[in-house]
Amino acid sequence: MRRLALAAVALAAGVALAQERAIAPGELKSGSAFLGSDLRALQNDDFANPGMLWVERGEKLWREPAGKENLACAGCHKDTSMRGVAASYPKIDKASGKLLNLEGRINLCRTERIGAEPLRYESEDLLALTAYLARQSLGAPIAASIAGAARAHFEAGRASYHLRRGQMNLSCAHCHDAQWGKRLLSETISQGHPNAYPAYRMEWQTMGSLERRLRACLSGIRAEMLPYGSQEYLDLELYLAWRAQGLPIETPGVRR
Amino acid sequence: MRRRDFLASAVGALALPGAALAQADPVDPLVRALANGAPLRKGKVALVLPQLADNGNSVPIRITVDSPMTPADHVKSIHLYSERNPVPNMANFYLSPRAGRAEINSRVRLAGSQRVTAVAKLSDGSFWYAAAPIVVTLSACLDES
Amino acid sequence: MAARIQIPREARRGEVIEVCILIQHPMETGYRHDDVGHLIKRNVINVLSCRYNGVEVFRADLSSGISANPYVQFYTVAEASGDLEFTWADDEGQRGSERQAIVVKG
Repeated sequence: MRRLALAAVALAAGVALAQERAIAPGELKSGSAFLGSDLRALQNDDFANPGMLWVERGEKLWREPAGKENLACAGCHKDTSMRGVAASYPKIDKASGKLLNLEGRINLCRTERIGAEPLRYESEDLLALTAYLARQSLGAPIAASIAGAARAHFEAGRASYHLRRGQMNLSCAHCHDAQWGKRLLSETISQGHPNAYPAYRMEWQTMGSLERRLRACLSGIRAEMLPYGSQEYLDLELYLAWRAQGLPIETPGVRR
Repeated sequence: MRRRDFLASAVGALALPGAALAQADPVDPLVRALANGAPLRKGKVALVLPQLADNGNSVPIRITVDSPMTPADHVKSIHLYSERNPVPNMANFYLSPRAGRAEINSRVRLAGSQRVTAVAKLSDGSFWYAAAPIVVTLSACLDES
Repeated sequence: MAARIQIPREARRGEVIEVCILIQHPMETGYRHDDVGHLIKRNVINVLSCRYNGVEVFRADLSSGISANPYVQFYTVAEASGDLEFTWADDEGQRGSERQAIVVKG
């Protein structure tokens, strides 16, 4: 009986959570749906997509021994085992109990397993490794867990997503929940999903992480940009993953 | 200029930028300089650009020249000019009969809406060109990330 | 400077084949500023050439008008089995090269 009641509570919570979704699962659209046909074609062209330069570099790094242990990522991880892994991030690290994004996971492996220095955010090597890992999950639906210890981070991320900020006093939700599909000058406002990152952005003329994209949004609404890897970004990334649940990974995306 | 005339011309320019550019069709002075007195005609060259570019940092471009590409009759070079870029001569491509087909695809930077010109120099010394108008839009948000 | 080349692995003699190259390079225009306001010096790949078994079949002068991480596609006639070798150089004198083999039959 007690178990049944618990199940009912869990079910009710699930329903409540589903109702909280500003964009229903059936209405989810990847950022590529808001691109012009030229950029969409470029993203889908495995050769011409410039992001593939980073994926290729990432593959080399993956197999290259590094650090005091002179160990390569591929030394521990069998290639096929990485399929779908990126789609489950951000994720709680069991050992430390901390929420990690893919960049954080790569750096934790470097410092704890192979005895190497952590890679700097937006460095060519970290972008390359992250892009290579995410590419292994091409087409896999985003499936980050918000259960257990992740729950508090999810709630913090949701609060962050809905927080008004900057000189324009806007929250993420004002554009990406309430106004997606509408025009902002020459652009169409997207739903703000993370499934194509790291992505090659025309504005940057290079590859960039999801956090760089978040910072670009903050700069756009004239809000303070937080440092890379800060807890608020990690929490927000988890909330974004939950919002995008089911969308297939597209890395390396091509964006305006 | 009287205000009414100014408004009329401004409205005209807004309504039909492509048509206005196509009608005027002046040959870029740099293109004339390249030909250096040799025959310069419109035709043989096809220039494909999107009518509207999302971002001027990377615009796909295709240049095709109608040529048999034989030792006797082929394209020697293709030259690309921008009307508004700080460096107007964007690229020069040198071909030989070994190309088999006179077509180049690339991606260019364009500093704003303008007309792009492609010129081909043929093995007989003649020059042929094509021009295409393009509207380049700007991003809505600042990006200082 | 990493690069990717795409050509068919195999072709018939006399076939016109598509050749693509994508090179990792910022194609710095010389008009951008860094985070502290200093002008970033112009640095673009200014020359790119392709040799087919040692014979130049394509060459390009490039400028800041070509997008970052330049992409160039052209055609060449498959004449014999061997290598297509690309070489390029930028304003700072950095050189790069990359080659790809092709098998020509018939």
